[in-house]
Amino acid sequence: MKELDINELERRFQEKIDKDIKIEPNDWMPDNYRQTLIRQISQHAHSEIVGMLPEGNWITRAPNLRRKAVLLAKVQDEAGHGLYLYSATETLGADREDTIDDLHSGKAKYSSIFNYPTLSWADMGAIGWLVDGAAIMNQVPLCRCSYGPYARAMVRVCKEESFHQRQGYEIMTTLANGTPEQKAMAQDALNRFWWPALMMFGPSDKDSKHTAQSMAWKIKRQTNDELRQQMVDITVPQAELIGLTVPDPDLKWNEERGHYDFGEINWDEFWNVVKGNGPCNKERVEARRKAKENGAWVREAANAYAAKQKMKKAS
Amino acid sequence: MDNALFEYLVRLGDDSLILGHRLSEWCGHGPILEEDIAMTNIALDLVGQTTSILKYAGEVEGKGRTEDDLAFLRYEREYRNTLLVEQPNGDFGVTMMRQFLFDAFRKPLFEQLVNSSDAQIAAIAAKSLKETKYHFKHSAEWVIRLGDGTEESHERVQNALNDLWRYTDEMFFTDEVDRDLESRGITFSMEDLKNTWQETVKSVLDQATLEIPTNGWQHDGGRKGLHSEHLGYILAELQYMQRAYPGMEW
Amino acid sequence: MSNKEWPLWEVFIRSKQGLNHKHVGSLRAADAEMAVSNARDVYTRRSEGVSIWVVESSHVHASHPTDADALFEPAHSKVYRHPTFYDVPEGIEHM
Repeated sequence: MKELDINELERRFQEKIDKDIKIEPNDWMPDNYRQTLIRQISQHAHSEIVGMLPEGNWITRAPNLRRKAVLLAKVQDEAGHGLYLYSATETLGADREDTIDDLHSGKAKYSSIFNYPTLSWADMGAIGWLVDGAAIMNQVPLCRCSYGPYARAMVRVCKEESFHQRQGYEIMTTLANGTPEQKAMAQDALNRFWWPALMMFGPSDKDSKHTAQSMAWKIKRQTNDELRQQMVDITVPQAELIGLTVPDPDLKWNEERGHYDFGEINWDEFWNVVKGNGPCNKERVEARRKAKENGAWVREAANAYAAKQKMKKAS
Repeated sequence: MDNALFEYLVRLGDDSLILGHRLSEWCGHGPILEEDIAMTNIALDLVGQTTSILKYAGEVEGKGRTEDDLAFLRYEREYRNTLLVEQPNGDFGVTMMRQFLFDAFRKPLFEQLVNSSDAQIAAIAAKSLKETKYHFKHSAEWVIRLGDGTEESHERVQNALNDLWRYTDEMFFTDEVDRDLESRGITFSMEDLKNTWQETVKSVLDQATLEIPTNGWQHDGGRKGLHSEHLGYILAELQYMQRAYPGMEW
Repeated sequence: MSNKEWPLWEVFIRSKQGLNHKHVGSLRAADAEMAVSNARDVYTRRSEGVSIWVVESSHVHASHPTDADALFEPAHSKVYRHPTFYDVPEGIEHM
């Protein structure tokens, strides 16, 4: 086979992308495409895994058996989703362990939302409704992502996540229709999670350094601001329906645009949390690091046992 | 009301409730992602068992108490779980050993109860048995891996066995409740159960190259509502919402 | 030897009797027994399967994408392998 020059390879690659032909693990791909995917998918995987912690925080305190089972199943799904996503990064040649070490060293990022504390039971509602709501909005377009294993993982994730948002909204609805204490608890959770949830779509398009290239590669299919607008438009009526108030004095329906206008996000806060100064950054990464460290002897033992069994079989 | 039946169901249900609580503490902190998911699955099965067993207990009692009332609103002395299941998670070796000692009891127990003359218990046992078979396979495999793994894992899991052994006899605790139910064909011989348990445990521990502790002293109390200091803290978390916001719907 | 990441396994699930096992993803496990258990917990939480296969990823041999032309294109021109290639009279049935 004759050697193709890099320009020709890139041209053919982009042609495939433009024709919506999926890229599969062993196909030639530009190094940047690979690196961008590894960064994005592993960030996504880390978000799922770190995301288990704020909700895991309430499993032992869930108010009844039904809620406890639902919350357990939901947090378990997040572990599953992290796993599907790490699997996708492994197809790109990124070992799970190395990827996880990057999380623990602070080199890799994860969604900043999980650095906020969960202070009441209502936060389980707010997270399901808003955080999973935002996540689903982010993820649905990714089911059409150009990289096959990522797109397939996202199809599975989206299918499984459809209950996550519903259970959150159900919690909020129950609280909003409950006693004054419960309604106050729900409103307080909405107040604390509204803005961080909007920040989940990432920096504004004008400040997002990766958006343009990722759109051309069809790794990303909609811009941050488009998705954020969609989130506001869909969520505001849901809040109104159950009698909760979105904590944004500038929020107003814009007849002309056919969208809600909304207030400016506190980007200082956003960048600060991204940089590690959120209320729980340290605790979250520490918890993950500890889980890995405390499990080292277990993983080692399983390896040793497997090796012994292999030897026994061979002899 | 059938006092003995109620008491028996609460004992059965509380074991699931408290062990499920302990296992759920692992969620997000497992030694590897795959195992995190596996332990959560077991916790979920136990929460499911709790729900159906305590629901039936409430019906038998006939005072209108739901499964949630029973799970969340009793006082400490009214919980009837064994001391074994309330012991702290410790490291993964302690958790798996605790689980294994319990599963080796629960599996033959449900195998007996599928033949219960009480149709509800038989139905609950049939469903729970399928789950428990898997729990047992999972915990026994881990005990073997850790026991016959590295020097460190062997030592850790042997220590876990030494610490937990003194709570095992209590699983076979027998009093007038058991004798009454057995005479009605609702439950079956604890003696048989114990023999099966001993055989299973010995065979798995042999494979794991672990030694059964020789110290024979055994604790009890859980079945009569006399617990270790750990249960109070479990209940403080478990009951927090129901106690702080009494009488509300969630 | 023992201080390394568990091997990677590819997971195949038969979703119901009568269908092929289908590749669904991968996971880490120390041995085959554990790989099957993990696959059960990770990939069949919503009753997606009735049977599981696991294969250590390093044992999978694959065709190379750059050979795709040589491997698969020659079949494109052999249209006579498909029933639609043949003309049959209008109205004929059971063929």
